[in-house]
Amino acid sequence: MWLNQFLFFAAVLFSIGVYGVLTRKNAVLVLMSIELILNSVNINLVAFGAYNQDIAGQVFALFIIAVAAAEVGVGLAIVLLIYRNRRSIDVSEADLLKG
Amino acid sequence: MLAAEAAPTFEVSSWFFENAWLVPALPAASFLITLLFGKRLLGDKVHFIGLAAVGAALVLSLATAFSWISQVEGHDPEAAAHSVEYSNDNCYAGYQGAKDDSDGEDADHDDDASAPVSLAFAAEGEGGEEGEEVHAKPLPVVCAYTWFQSGGSAGEGGATIPWGTLVDGQSVMMLVVVTFISFLVHVFSTDYVAGDRRYTHYFAFLSLFTASMLFYVLASSTLQMLVGWELVGVCSFALIGHWWEDKNNSDAALKAFLTNRVGDIGLLIGVIILFFAAGNTFDTLTINHAAVTGAIGHGTLTVASLCLLAAVMSKSGQFILHTWLPDAMAGPTPVSALIHAATMVVAGIYLIGRLYPVFWDGLSIPGSSLNVLAVMGGITCLGGGALAFVQRDIKKVLAYSTISQLGYMAMALGVGAWTAGMFHLFTHAIFKACLFLGAGSVSHACHHSFDMKADMGGLRKYMPKTFVTFVIASGALAGIPPLAGFWSKDEILVGTGGWPGTEGNGNYTIILVMGLLTAAMTAAYMTRVIWLTFFGTYRGHVHPHESGPRITIPLQILAGLAVVVGFLNVPKQLPLIGDAIGLKFEEWFEPGGGSTFPVIGHAKPSFSLAIFATLLALGSATLVWTYYKRLYAQDNKATEYTDSFVANNGFVRAGHTLLVEKFYLDHLYTGVIAGAFKGPLARATYWFNQHVLDGVIDNVGKGSVGLGRFIYRFIDQGTIDGAVNASGVAASGSGQVLRRVESGKIRQYAALMFGASALLAAVFIVAI
Repeated sequence: MWLNQFLFFAAVLFSIGVYGVLTRKNAVLVLMSIELILNSVNINLVAFGAYNQDIAGQVFALFIIAVAAAEVGVGLAIVLLIYRNRRSIDVSEADLLKG
Repeated sequence: MLAAEAAPTFEVSSWFFENAWLVPALPAASFLITLLFGKRLLGDKVHFIGLAAVGAALVLSLATAFSWISQVEGHDPEAAAHSVEYSNDNCYAGYQGAKDDSDGEDADHDDDASAPVSLAFAAEGEGGEEGEEVHAKPLPVVCAYTWFQSGGSAGEGGATIPWGTLVDGQSVMMLVVVTFISFLVHVFSTDYVAGDRRYTHYFAFLSLFTASMLFYVLASSTLQMLVGWELVGVCSFALIGHWWEDKNNSDAALKAFLTNRVGDIGLLIGVIILFFAAGNTFDTLTINHAAVTGAIGHGTLTVASLCLLAAVMSKSGQFILHTWLPDAMAGPTPVSALIHAATMVVAGIYLIGRLYPVFWDGLSIPGSSLNVLAVMGGITCLGGGALAFVQRDIKKVLAYSTISQLGYMAMALGVGAWTAGMFHLFTHAIFKACLFLGAGSVSHACHHSFDMKADMGGLRKYMPKTFVTFVIASGALAGIPPLAGFWSKDEILVGTGGWPGTEGNGNYTIILVMGLLTAAMTAAYMTRVIWLTFFGTYRGHVHPHESGPRITIPLQILAGLAVVVGFLNVPKQLPLIGDAIGLKFEEWFEPGGGSTFPVIGHAKPSFSLAIFATLLALGSATLVWTYYKRLYAQDNKATEYTDSFVANNGFVRAGHTLLVEKFYLDHLYTGVIAGAFKGPLARATYWFNQHVLDGVIDNVGKGSVGLGRFIYRFIDQGTIDGAVNASGVAASGSGQVLRRVESGKIRQYAALMFGASALLAAVFIVAI
């Protein structure tokens, strides 16, 4: 089995995710980019799991999917509240924690 | 001298002993079905689930008892000892160290069952039993399973959390009592609480209670007993507060629950102490074995049994933790009959019987033969009996009577009359259930009032069946021969060994006097109840009527049994029948085999004591009878003399007030103990604080101020402040630089984080 293809694919996906998190202003898109990052990790886990003939990789991937769902739930709730307060979901404008 | 050596033993087996877990499982299933599906399936016929389950449990219990009794009866004393095969691998007979102990623990108290067990108290006993033949005793049948194992086996310091069943004479007897009374109470309740707003809930909890009590009775380990103990407490709480909309009822439920919590802590601590003392085990037989053989020291046993005694005091209503029991009468009457008379309140007595070696050795006061248990029981039976005189509420009289009789049982166990105590438990369950159900029947007729003085009187014309059964049960309670209570009470009195020629385990004359006084008081207050309820003129405002068959038939069954069950344990010396049926209860149910039970002696019955006690009871009953008879002749609606001795004599008046105020124990608990923390104690603490502590602190303060000035001037200002200021300036400067990083822009943070991660990853790759 070829492991490299999966790892390369996951690395590309991860980089796209990171790029999205760093450059996008729209909070929803930032969240989506985070999902990309998480899923690239999932691909790694499943790939290694299959490579090593070990179920643990898939178990962890499932676990991460569940946690990611919860994380999106919280994230979207935050976004919604930001929108209600400021009528905008531009993350660069939300900088009240400035030192 | 006592029987010098432990009785020989034999093993018994039966399908019922190995599958005893079915008995509590049936009502437990009934609880779930009733609660979850009952209303939808059966509507207002929901009681059939409980009736069927408890009925089946009753049949199983009776089958278990019959197979136990037939095997005990059928045992051939000449036969060579043989061991019985059990079809279930987890079952075994008697104490078997190897089965539930590890090797390491066995070394601590390796026993040899054939060796005579010498016991500290065996030497103390003075009664003679030289001629008594030693019966072979059946070994208990234990089926133990491991629920889970924690930290290796017992020898390695780990603990096994077990569950299992222990079938022996005591649990077999109790199984029958619990299922039988529970079944009759179920039948009674179908009429008594018919149309109740929480009918389903009521029957669900009756089932849960029955299951919990059976679980407790069959428990093979102290941990399991603790669980059962708490479960019956919860059911008691739920059923006392069944009509919780009335604040009095929910208060009573809370009081019962909280008072029991006090004792439960004792039980928990006792169980923990015994767990470690017996070598990391919860197994009841192992603990008993360790206590009998002396593997646990007297001091440890004393502490453990005192903790357990707190539990007994709260659950079995012993002075001074009995105060919840009369209030618990706020619950529905069938509940009072089942829980607060026949079964749950005897859980404490059962605990003593179950862990008898622990209590017997632990509570014996060194230097004398008086057992703490006997003293506690004696005080309780006198106090409870006295309080029963001043109650207006028929159920409260019965509640105090229950307290008094529980005291009797504790007293019997305390003086070493195990069988007498358990026999009294057995007979008391039957006649007291009959009395409570009778009180329920009366109140059913009198528009749900329990006030004897205001709403009753002359009821014997209206409800003859209730009247007859109530009188029979009262006679049994008062100890009138040949009713059940006479035999069991007499055995306890004999067991004290105080009467000449009885030769019990000791010579407890004071306890005997307490017992006789209580017997007299019991007869007197029951006569008062019967007069106020059934004789004289009817004083209520509704039209009383006899209750329906579902109420009267259980009463008649119980009253019939109250006549006959006493003959289960008549003395051998009784003419005509003694030889054939004497002491059967003792033969069937008394434990003794397998070095898990102390060697106790049996007192010799005394005809003179029996006659004396009976005359005492009859005399005091006649006295009360005459009092009311004369009163009635004066005024046919009066319930007490208002202008005579009690009213005018200051001393008697004071005694009466003391009883009405229940020895001021409730005031002690809520007013003094709880109040002390709110008021006086707080003030005392404040005074102490102001005058003592503050003075000390003031002087210390003045000294400190002087010292402080010195330090301030020379050390602080010069050296430390310099350093502090310098560090402050440095922190402020670096903060100014770093705050630029803290931009509040989330993408900048993310970039920093990813950058740092990448850097870290690079470091790892290079380094590894």
